[in-house]
Amino acid sequence: MRLEGRGLACVRGERQLFSGVNFTLSAGGMIFLNGANGSGKSSFLRLMAGLLRPADGMLLLDDNVVADDWQSLQSQLLYIGHQDPVKPAFSAAENLVFWMGLAGRNIEYKRGRGGGLVTDGTHDALAALEIAGLADIPSRLLSAGQKRRLNLARLVAIPRPLWLLDEPSVSLDASGERLLAALIARHRESGGLVIMASHTDFGVNPSLHLHFG
Amino acid sequence: MTFRSLVIRDLVLATRIGGGGAMAVGFFVVAAALYPLGIGPELVLLRRIAPGILWVSALLSCLLSLDRMFQADEEDGTLDLLMLSSFSPSALVLTKVFSHWLTTGLPLIIATPYVAMTFNLGYETMLTLMLSMLLGTPALSLVGAVGAALTVGVRRGGMLLSLLLLPLYIPVLIFGAGSVEATLFGIGPAAHLIVLLALLLGSLALCPYAAAAALMQHVRS
Repeated sequence: MRLEGRGLACVRGERQLFSGVNFTLSAGGMIFLNGANGSGKSSFLRLMAGLLRPADGMLLLDDNVVADDWQSLQSQLLYIGHQDPVKPAFSAAENLVFWMGLAGRNIEYKRGRGGGLVTDGTHDALAALEIAGLADIPSRLLSAGQKRRLNLARLVAIPRPLWLLDEPSVSLDASGERLLAALIARHRESGGLVIMASHTDFGVNPSLHLHFG
Repeated sequence: MTFRSLVIRDLVLATRIGGGGAMAVGFFVVAAALYPLGIGPELVLLRRIAPGILWVSALLSCLLSLDRMFQADEEDGTLDLLMLSSFSPSALVLTKVFSHWLTTGLPLIIATPYVAMTFNLGYETMLTLMLSMLLGTPALSLVGAVGAALTVGVRRGGMLLSLLLLPLYIPVLIFGAGSVEATLFGIGPAAHLIVLLALLLGSLALCPYAAAAALMQHVRS
């Protein structure tokens, strides 16, 4: 997989956030976005996900212009925004089951030990983020850091080549940051692509820095 | 993920958070019961005004539950995930409309016979009322989805939503209440019910696209 941006510009409201952004990202590569608050890092990630459309420039996926076919890009990416889309009324495992279903995984629903829904892979994904013990707990009882880990468990449960991470380390503790850095490293070793906005580099080793603002 | 599993998810969430359809029914019954209490036991008068009162109560009950249709998912970022999924936005709107109808419209129809009794409505009139609600409440949910999508980014947008939607609900109210009155007066409700069906089909054809466009506009702004 190869992602290329040419002269990308983003306008929100009446304000131009950035323009003329060029980059090339190939297998195993990682772009690190930094810059001040409000400089357009999140907008850049939303633009990569097709949630915003570029005001100018174009995005190429394996040398095909994405503007003609956002769906094929969107079926290959995993977007982790700065919010955790965790439903308080679902257990941790049930949230994960729902996300896996939305991502198009063919799901066989089963009953977990706590009576909630689980499926193949939920336990492994939660265990990878060291929250397997929380599988059956209602998510409203999770702390901010635990919710973030649950959100990040999507990275394990839903295999996609392109990761778009918006401040993924926020509210994680030191061991959570190490887990995340290891996940990113493993993903890149297996040929995955990562674009991440963050204020701290927690031991990741980006191949390209893009500075905003 | 299929249409079915998205609807089931919404129903499970509605049941765990808001008691499923119980809230809508509770509001409907209480609101409709206020009128006989206020007016007093005048059976002839109650019978005369029952169609309008029951339809207005149903309409308000539907309206009050609309503001959360997309907002809960917008607030926690789930809406982004839904937009990134392979679902088309208009199909997504349809799943939301269907779950909304299952948790408000359908319970109202089931509760109707009990409420109709307090208004001294006969068996035939009550059947017409249920039939008119069966045709009318899905149209309310469909039109409501457009309003809910337009106000998805507005916090405490309930008042704005009502201002947007109440004028659009007038046709359903006129022909819904009209069908019941026609039965009361012995004219037969067929004409009104056919217009209600037309309203339902028209909103089914237009509203999912309008609401989807409003949602896309919100996500992309």
